[in-house]
Amino acid sequence: MSRRLFRKTVNLLALGLSGVATLVGLLVLGALLWSLLEEGIGHFSMDVFTRMTPPPATAGGGLLNAIYGSAIMTLIGILIGGPIGVLAGTYLAEYGRNARLSTVIRFVNDVLLSAPSIIIGLFVYELVVVPMGNFSAISGAISLAIIAMPVIVRTTEDMLNLVPQGIKDASTAMGAYPWRTIMSVAYPAARSGMLTGLLLAVARISGETAPLLFTALNNQFWSTNLTAPMANLPVVIFQFALSPYDNWQQLAWEGALIITFAILILSIVARVVVATLGPGTGRR
Amino acid sequence: MSSVVAIDSKRLAGQRLKERIFHGTTLAAALLVLALLGGVAVSLVHGAWPALSHFKLAFLTREVWNPVTDEYGALGAVYGTVVTSVIAMLLALPVSFGIAVFLTELAPSWLKRPIGVAIELLAAIPSIIYGFWGLFVLAPVLQEHVEPWIISTLGALPGVGVLFQGAPFGIGVLTAGIVLAIMIVPFIAAVMRDVFETVPDVLKESAYGLGATTWEVIWRVVVPYSRTGMVGGTMLGLGRALGETMAVTFVIGNAHQISHSLLDPGTTISAAIANEFTEATTKLYASSLIALGTLLFVITFSVIALARLMLLRLDRRALSSV
Repeated sequence: MSRRLFRKTVNLLALGLSGVATLVGLLVLGALLWSLLEEGIGHFSMDVFTRMTPPPATAGGGLLNAIYGSAIMTLIGILIGGPIGVLAGTYLAEYGRNARLSTVIRFVNDVLLSAPSIIIGLFVYELVVVPMGNFSAISGAISLAIIAMPVIVRTTEDMLNLVPQGIKDASTAMGAYPWRTIMSVAYPAARSGMLTGLLLAVARISGETAPLLFTALNNQFWSTNLTAPMANLPVVIFQFALSPYDNWQQLAWEGALIITFAILILSIVARVVVATLGPGTGRR
Repeated sequence: MSSVVAIDSKRLAGQRLKERIFHGTTLAAALLVLALLGGVAVSLVHGAWPALSHFKLAFLTREVWNPVTDEYGALGAVYGTVVTSVIAMLLALPVSFGIAVFLTELAPSWLKRPIGVAIELLAAIPSIIYGFWGLFVLAPVLQEHVEPWIISTLGALPGVGVLFQGAPFGIGVLTAGIVLAIMIVPFIAAVMRDVFETVPDVLKESAYGLGATTWEVIWRVVVPYSRTGMVGGTMLGLGRALGETMAVTFVIGNAHQISHSLLDPGTTISAAIANEFTEATTKLYASSLIALGTLLFVITFSVIALARLMLLRLDRRALSSV
């Protein structure tokens, strides 16, 4: 009887602890979102979207140039990384499905997927910034592209693998070359999954800070010049948070709020895309 | 009649050409992934070379980091990197395990999905937000309430007490470790949950059939079955913690020193690079920072590669959140 009691006690204790762990995890993470909302919305004004980042020791100001810079660099990053990622994923899923080379590439891609982003920043610094001679928006976009690429390679391959072999075989039997089969059968069938991959990649790179610190740098002014430094939300948050000015810190809170909710919305949209349009992907 | 054949063969040739172009392009893109990793390694070593050839092996063993005299050693940053990651793993592992157990075995089905999705969404929040929150919300709480208590209780212990002595700065190695832990909990929990879900129901049911309690099923069936995946997922989390920049940079204090106390400021490799790279005035300074980056690359690459090898055995599709 005591043995049984012991086992029951251990069971209750362990399961109770796991419930507590979940509660603690959710509470901390809830606290994070709560303070973002509280501090960010408390003083929120439309100035954030209409005015430039303020110079030191002046009141007011907004984040317009930083929001624009983040949007443009994320866009260029996806425009570069997206097609390359899709093509590489296509190779892994279709042409090279069983090739030994693909095993190696798959592994390297998985490593890149979790590689520290600051290292990508150093790489692009050496590759682009040093030869160009100055920090630039385009180098920031390139480092974002390199971070987005492995995400897209992975999801593209996974999604293409979910397309039933039968419908590809049917296309081949009609006399279509593989490229035609991929373009007209595989891509449309995997479309929503691949779109999800792109959205997740956007979510991933739009908050990246470390690789932008020494590629895009920052810019206090409005700039659309891709070969010059450009403001961007993450680096502005970093600089303003560590500044002594109240209005800078407040803008940092608002920047943090904007980034977090933009990314949460993107991730939710990505899920909804799969849930409503998607092939039964098994991905949650 | 012959004209039809001619058109067909022309179209066929066109198709064949397109096929070759498309095949070639996808192969080139795939090879670019390989080249990327190679390029990263080469460019890092190239950038680090001036510092490495100047300081030789002493770069790894010296704690000094002095831009004025242009002398640099990696030991302080490496120590900070390792210690913050160890603290993060110690805190994050049990919590992540608990969450994964709760999600797979305990939660009623109506609760499973919302909590699971919440955890995954939180894993998507960029690290700068965690660091930012750590600086403005967590650090003051730690400084005013937690650290004084730690100093007066744990600090008084013989032996380990030395780790918990000093002044409550709020920011420092311990705070950085805690913020890192908060950041990687959702990630590790999501991977563990995915791994646990690969355990066949039949195995669990047969254990239940023998009269095992829920905990015994978890500890004796689920955990052994998914051990490799758990270790792999944990190491992926470790890889993240080691290389994480923004969550740490805000709260570690950026001091190149090895302090006996976890409450003192320190630095990590990535925090040093983030803080100092644009201010590196001499060539040797910049090169030393890149050398730190190279070191980080080697460390994280080994950890991640090992983790990936372990996860390789599992069905990739079962791991939706990695």
